[in-house]
Amino acid sequence: MVKDNTKTPSRKKISKTAALIVIIICFAVTVFPFFIVVINSAKSSLEIINEPIAMPNNIGQLFKNIGEVWSSNTVRYPTSLLSSAIITSFSLFFIAIFSSMAAWVLVRTKTKMSAFIFLVFISGLIIPFQVVMFPLVQLFSASYKVLGIKMLRTYHGMVLAYIGFGAPLSVFMFHGFIKSIPLELEEAATIEGYGRWKIYRKIILPILQPIVVTVLILNGIWIWNDFLLPSLILGIGNRIQTIPLSVRFFAGSFVKKWDLIMTAVLMAALPIIIGFLFGQKYIISGMVSGAIK
Amino acid sequence: MNRYSKDRLVFWLFLLPALVAFLIVVVIPFFMGIYYSMTDWTAISGRNINWVGLENYANMWSDVQFRYSFIRTFIFTVLSVVTINSVALFLAYLVTRDVKFRNFFRAGFFLPNLIGGLVLGYIWQFIFKSVIPPLGGLLGIKAIEEAVILGDATLTLFGLVFAYTWQYAGYIMMIYVAAILNVPKSLIEACEIDGANFWQKFRNITVPMIAQAITITSFLTLVNSFKQYDIIVALTGGGPSTVYGAAKDVVNSTELLAVHIYEVAFVYNDMAGGQAKAIIFFLVLSVVSIAQVVYNKKREVEL
Repeated sequence: MVKDNTKTPSRKKISKTAALIVIIICFAVTVFPFFIVVINSAKSSLEIINEPIAMPNNIGQLFKNIGEVWSSNTVRYPTSLLSSAIITSFSLFFIAIFSSMAAWVLVRTKTKMSAFIFLVFISGLIIPFQVVMFPLVQLFSASYKVLGIKMLRTYHGMVLAYIGFGAPLSVFMFHGFIKSIPLELEEAATIEGYGRWKIYRKIILPILQPIVVTVLILNGIWIWNDFLLPSLILGIGNRIQTIPLSVRFFAGSFVKKWDLIMTAVLMAALPIIIGFLFGQKYIISGMVSGAIK
Repeated sequence: MNRYSKDRLVFWLFLLPALVAFLIVVVIPFFMGIYYSMTDWTAISGRNINWVGLENYANMWSDVQFRYSFIRTFIFTVLSVVTINSVALFLAYLVTRDVKFRNFFRAGFFLPNLIGGLVLGYIWQFIFKSVIPPLGGLLGIKAIEEAVILGDATLTLFGLVFAYTWQYAGYIMMIYVAAILNVPKSLIEACEIDGANFWQKFRNITVPMIAQAITITSFLTLVNSFKQYDIIVALTGGGPSTVYGAAKDVVNSTELLAVHIYEVAFVYNDMAGGQAKAIIFFLVLSVVSIAQVVYNKKREVEL
């Protein structure tokens, strides 16, 4: 029997509706955890134990919980938020500048040394963090003992680590992009009397703008959410702590106050969700093109 | 200064900031790590470090937890790669169809990816412990109502795969979406005129056309599942414990390799042992992921 696959309009409509229903079910499963977090952030400690899946009795409890997490000495939300912002923004700034500078000269210099250094950067892409984490901590603590430069539990130590770990992927992505920029622009600028720094600053950097956005997004989401690296460099419960560290310090304690943990989780997720609402298009396309390259 | 040496100076000046940072945090620790893995390095300060050769590499296999972690990591990785890619491909198929609000749905499926593994681990811990049982009660299913998911070694591993899929599938979906949108419409239409059914279209047109994306997504999911740490720490903490092997040794059921390496070094103070295991971890991951890419690249050509 020959099956007719050219669908009649009504059949097409049915399959369209069916697809929409399946999507809505999948979507409900996806947002369900967010829903659970939100409703349970508005419950008292007693309510969350007795009725974890009911709607909250009193929405005002949400603000009470937020206030409690905000002023908690373990979460230290305001300072953690500030530390996360400082570490993420400084790391991103230096990753974008230093990696694009390095990639530019690596593309434009055709020597064996240049090819070798590019290869060294690329090899960093396959080295898992677990292989270098213990020696890194050892190296950072030795820098204090031997040179008197404190690296552990400092902002500059944390930012240096992110520049180093962010370099392989960022250099690789800038490298691919710069290869496609015609050399004529730089030659013309040299004749005009531009120095190398001025060419980089005035010509290369503006052309790199789209790939800079991608690099910032890829590294930004990683750094903001990162846990293992800051837990080793900054430690948990110390003066400087990022948001994930403060969630760990609070939620990892022996007595689990789930009402406040849910509120802390909500407050930890909120900045990045707000960011996503504003830069949705850039974030999705940036993260996907980052993977494909 | 002549032109040649000036060019060289510029080359190094532009290169150095990124290179120095990379050398300090990756390259030097990498070689230090190879050395430390052949010593008796501990976390106790003031103790001399002695060279022991390949002893740590020889001894690690007699550690029951390590052997068990190895097996569990492989199981977790295979389950995650299959689940995440199937779910992602299914979602990608749905949101590339002509349905309403598809951009809204795409963004929604992508959203969990922005939540860090540590934070989402606590969300799912709460769901498995406090939400699933009353939900089972509400549905009148006793098995769900009485399920202690995080108390059972097998269920906990499935729970981890589930939470990880929730986080990662939306991201992998976006890669598939980009690939599917690149499949020429004329190809599918030609196929439809020939009377191909859904499965034939999928098998003979879509899969070969998105083969390159499959290579990428398999690589990403494989490497990231193998290295999973954050979700485990927050969701299960490595537990629950169970017995393993003929000797009935007690082991932590979700202490996968990345967690195990950390535990060995910092909880048992055996830094050198943890480092040696980390190097084996690196070698196995490299071999498996390269083999996977080579295999998929070969298939890309065949398809």
